[in-house]
Amino acid sequence: MHVVIYLPLVIPVVAAVTARGLADRLPPAAASWLLAASALALALASSSVLGLLAMSALIRIPVVDAAGHLSRSVVAHGDGVSIPVAIVAGALLAAAATAVGKVTWRRVRAIARAHRHASGLPGAGEVVVTEDTAADAYTVPGWPCRIVITQGMLRALSAAERGVLLAHERTHARNAHYLFSMAARLAAAANPLLHPVAAEVGYAVERWADERAAAETGDRALTARAIARAALASSAAPPERAAGAETAALGLIARGQGRPGPVPRRVAALLAPPPGLSPLLIAAAIVLVAVSGVCAVEAARDLHQLIELAQGQSA
Amino acid sequence: MREGVDQVGDDGAVAGRRGAGELEAAVLEVLQHGGSPLSPGEVRERVGGDLAYTTVVTILSRLHAKGVLDRRKSGRAYLYMPVADEPGLAARRMARVLDEEADRGAVLARFVSTMSESDEELLRKMLGEGG
Repeated sequence: MHVVIYLPLVIPVVAAVTARGLADRLPPAAASWLLAASALALALASSSVLGLLAMSALIRIPVVDAAGHLSRSVVAHGDGVSIPVAIVAGALLAAAATAVGKVTWRRVRAIARAHRHASGLPGAGEVVVTEDTAADAYTVPGWPCRIVITQGMLRALSAAERGVLLAHERTHARNAHYLFSMAARLAAAANPLLHPVAAEVGYAVERWADERAAAETGDRALTARAIARAALASSAAPPERAAGAETAALGLIARGQGRPGPVPRRVAALLAPPPGLSPLLIAAAIVLVAVSGVCAVEAARDLHQLIELAQGQSA
Repeated sequence: MREGVDQVGDDGAVAGRRGAGELEAAVLEVLQHGGSPLSPGEVRERVGGDLAYTTVVTILSRLHAKGVLDRRKSGRAYLYMPVADEPGLAARRMARVLDEEADRGAVLARFVSTMSESDEELLRKMLGEGG
């Protein structure tokens, strides 16, 4: 098999390195869609390649040849994948499948539980205010999503800033942002190289909600101030959180030495002019994903042809 | 409290129909969903039924004695509000469970994520507060 079969395994590294720049330079809604879709496509391509590599070794096992009526000489000459490579590929694929299964199960369970919780929250309105002195605000996924805001958070913000908070959380609820982060997490489970891309999807949907709030209030500086004030209030009166839950999700961005975390990054983005749509950047990302897909499809066709040839020779 | 003693019979009569615990729950629910502190008169109106004013006052002072309600003086009456309302606690507990279950990815879309100390410093600088 040609060396291009390995490309879909390498391209996620390029995606991981460029994801942050993409999230910074594109309008956040476009960035969210592009990054989440790319992550899924790249994960699919790399998993397919792992499967093909494992299979191309499988057909060289005499028992499989006999069962599939394959010509041993054709199979032996037509293929360049060594057995150790195929074993590693098979093991990686099995690990990916296990991880995807686990993440899917946990996510579905968490979202189902969130939905039950959302429908059990008091009142019929979209927004629920809780008597809690800790400063916290979040959207609970569900049908419909519910927005929970604590008294502590309300107290920390001015009336105009509360408008920002509501517009932000409503954007999460309206656009089912939890599905974007779920898609990205699944892709990262299938291919851990995509973890930085998944983290950027999490950041991009936050920015999406920020930009929407800025558009609705018509005041970018106010939006930036509301986020900053809420974050500082949240640090001063921290809500109970499971250790490492969210910090892990967004921490991947913050982990780089001296790099600002997501909150200062969001505030800085709002204090700068909104990013314009850059067709060149989007095209570059699409080409990268397309190359990955074409390589995987080519590899599949090669293997298919080889098997057909081997079957023809054997018959 | 003199009032409290007067209402015992009254309260007992109502309790026959609705049960004392049930009344307490109904009153608490009204206050939890009220959004703002309420006077006994307002509570009575919202609970509905034919509760005597004094019955409502008894229930409210009982809940206050139990530490479930907070109150503040407003004119001649007290205004009552829940101390730690159940939904608040439930929501808090649930948020924690969901954070744990989410397996490293946030299920709850938070307005702001946690910050490091250097983040905080940077933010204050950006705001021009004590940079």
